[in-house]
Amino acid sequence: MSRSKNDLPDPLILAAAGAGIAVLATGAALWQRRRHRESRGQEETIATDAPHWTLDKTSSRALFGKSVLINRPRAELYAAWMPERFPEFMENVVAVDDLGDDVSQWTIKAPAGREVTLVNRITERVEDTSIYWQSTPASDIANSGEVRFTDAPAGRGTYVSLILAYDPPAGKVGRLAAKLLQREPEVQARRDLHRFKQLMETGEVTTNASPSARGAESPAEPHI
Amino acid sequence: MRAVTWQGRHKISVETVPDPEIVNPRDAIIRVTSTAICGSDLHLYDGYIPGMRAGDIVGHEFMGEVVETGASSTLHRGQRVVVPFTISCGQCFFCEKQQYSACDNSNPSETRDVSELMMGHAMGGAFGYAHLTGGYAGGQAEYVRIPYSDVGPVVIPDGLADDDVLFLSDILPTGWQAAVNADIEPGDTVAVWGCGPVGLFTIQSALLLGAGRVIAIDHFPTRLALAKKYGAEILDYTKVDVREALAEMTGGIGPDACIDCVGMESHGFTVDNILDQVKVKLLSSTERIHALRQAILACRKGGRLSIPGVYGGFADKFPLGQLMEKGLTVKSGQTHVQRYSGELLDMIQAGKFDTVSLISHHASLEDAAEMYRHWHDEQDLYTKIVLKPGLAKGAVSARQEMEHA
Repeated sequence: MSRSKNDLPDPLILAAAGAGIAVLATGAALWQRRRHRESRGQEETIATDAPHWTLDKTSSRALFGKSVLINRPRAELYAAWMPERFPEFMENVVAVDDLGDDVSQWTIKAPAGREVTLVNRITERVEDTSIYWQSTPASDIANSGEVRFTDAPAGRGTYVSLILAYDPPAGKVGRLAAKLLQREPEVQARRDLHRFKQLMETGEVTTNASPSARGAESPAEPHI
Repeated sequence: MRAVTWQGRHKISVETVPDPEIVNPRDAIIRVTSTAICGSDLHLYDGYIPGMRAGDIVGHEFMGEVVETGASSTLHRGQRVVVPFTISCGQCFFCEKQQYSACDNSNPSETRDVSELMMGHAMGGAFGYAHLTGGYAGGQAEYVRIPYSDVGPVVIPDGLADDDVLFLSDILPTGWQAAVNADIEPGDTVAVWGCGPVGLFTIQSALLLGAGRVIAIDHFPTRLALAKKYGAEILDYTKVDVREALAEMTGGIGPDACIDCVGMESHGFTVDNILDQVKVKLLSSTERIHALRQAILACRKGGRLSIPGVYGGFADKFPLGQLMEKGLTVKSGQTHVQRYSGELLDMIQAGKFDTVSLISHHASLEDAAEMYRHWHDEQDLYTKIVLKPGLAKGAVSARQEMEHA
């Protein structure tokens, strides 16, 4: 007996069945992948050349690192990275005071109109190559870091890397609040690094300050 | 000052806003004398470009007179300048390679994060074109602040009218780069999709660069007539199967180079474009790439594909296998305007380009809202609109009247 037209399954049912199979297959693949990963947990993995701050998932990192290419010689950039110049390109740094003995006190804008004070000591300088620092107990936020200057190939200038570790104030809540207000140190560090690049390459910090029909904005202030 | 502002999809209004100010040493401020509405402004008008905010001042094709300069600007008060739509520092890796539209400094730190998230890298800055490209106020206004004024603006010699040189700001170098990117060899057949202002300059440029013939594709009679006037053979895609016509005009091999001057809002009543339209309406896509698909399929094996048309994101049903199997070379990108300014100004002075006859209308800046509507709805009649802040409201002059004048 030949099949009549009515025996054909409804196209919608076919489509739904197809979608169901796809979901099942995806689930099975994910499960297998997880089992596979668990079973090889003890295995040695090959050492790669990725910078150490890019290892681990973003969410579980204790370190933040960011590199930019700056089209200036390494020695010039190293010389320009001095606390006295930080307010020129670090958006939230209000003032940096030299306390002597390589210790400086930074006044930084924080969420809700507050200010925090960092007291950092430069622990090591490698001429034209890197600067390391570590906070002192007097600092509101415990932090340490390194700024690294590496020659870029083919006369392109210098790779500048900022590597930073810190304990957020008031734990995760403080960090979340800071993030919401875009004053989260990682965001800030990335932006400040770009401002340093702008300043060193163009002689000024780039701004989109310009008029708009939004009443609250000033034509002389940057906006998002 | 008065300025043309974007207030939402299909909502343009002329508002009184604060005057711009000198903020950085390299800045200059110009008083705008002419400013055009670009085809890419229609993508903003239609709401397809992410990162617009209500109240943004639009416009990126403009020129005017220098009225104020910062301490390190090389411009002088009173000079007439055309301003490239791309904002470029001149000193970063990209600018030194003359890839000015990829400038790594002009997109400020406040706006570059989102741009980087969407594109993989932050795009360079541009005037009046959404916050992904820096959030700078545009040139459809009485005054504009020009960052890095020592790098971009082209000083215009006396004796050249605004209409002769205004398009150095965008569409002339964009058409030129589109043809340069097609790596034209003497005698080549070049097909150009879209006879809007960029397409019309691409046609002129391709012929100047040695193309043996240019075949232009559109469906608006006025635009096709302009293409013909500039030396192209023309195809109306509503009357012929474009791929068949192109194949038959090239002995079956297809054009040596194909140039997509259409971009993300392709027209046409074809199955793939209708599907794209539906997806765009359902907000699941912004790209309608019918012209680009057709260009890839039409192009000869080993040919070249140049894409000056603007696209905004991920596209569906992209003929990747066809691109690969045919071994096409693809070049694309926003225009590195500053790279071409000097030679194109010389060529205008030498009379090599017709920069004027595509202008269909001059109107007052005050009539911008109405002009955007015409530009969007009447693309046959309105082939290029130039706004003049100096003109009184309602003082519109159309091409017909100009020809009789």
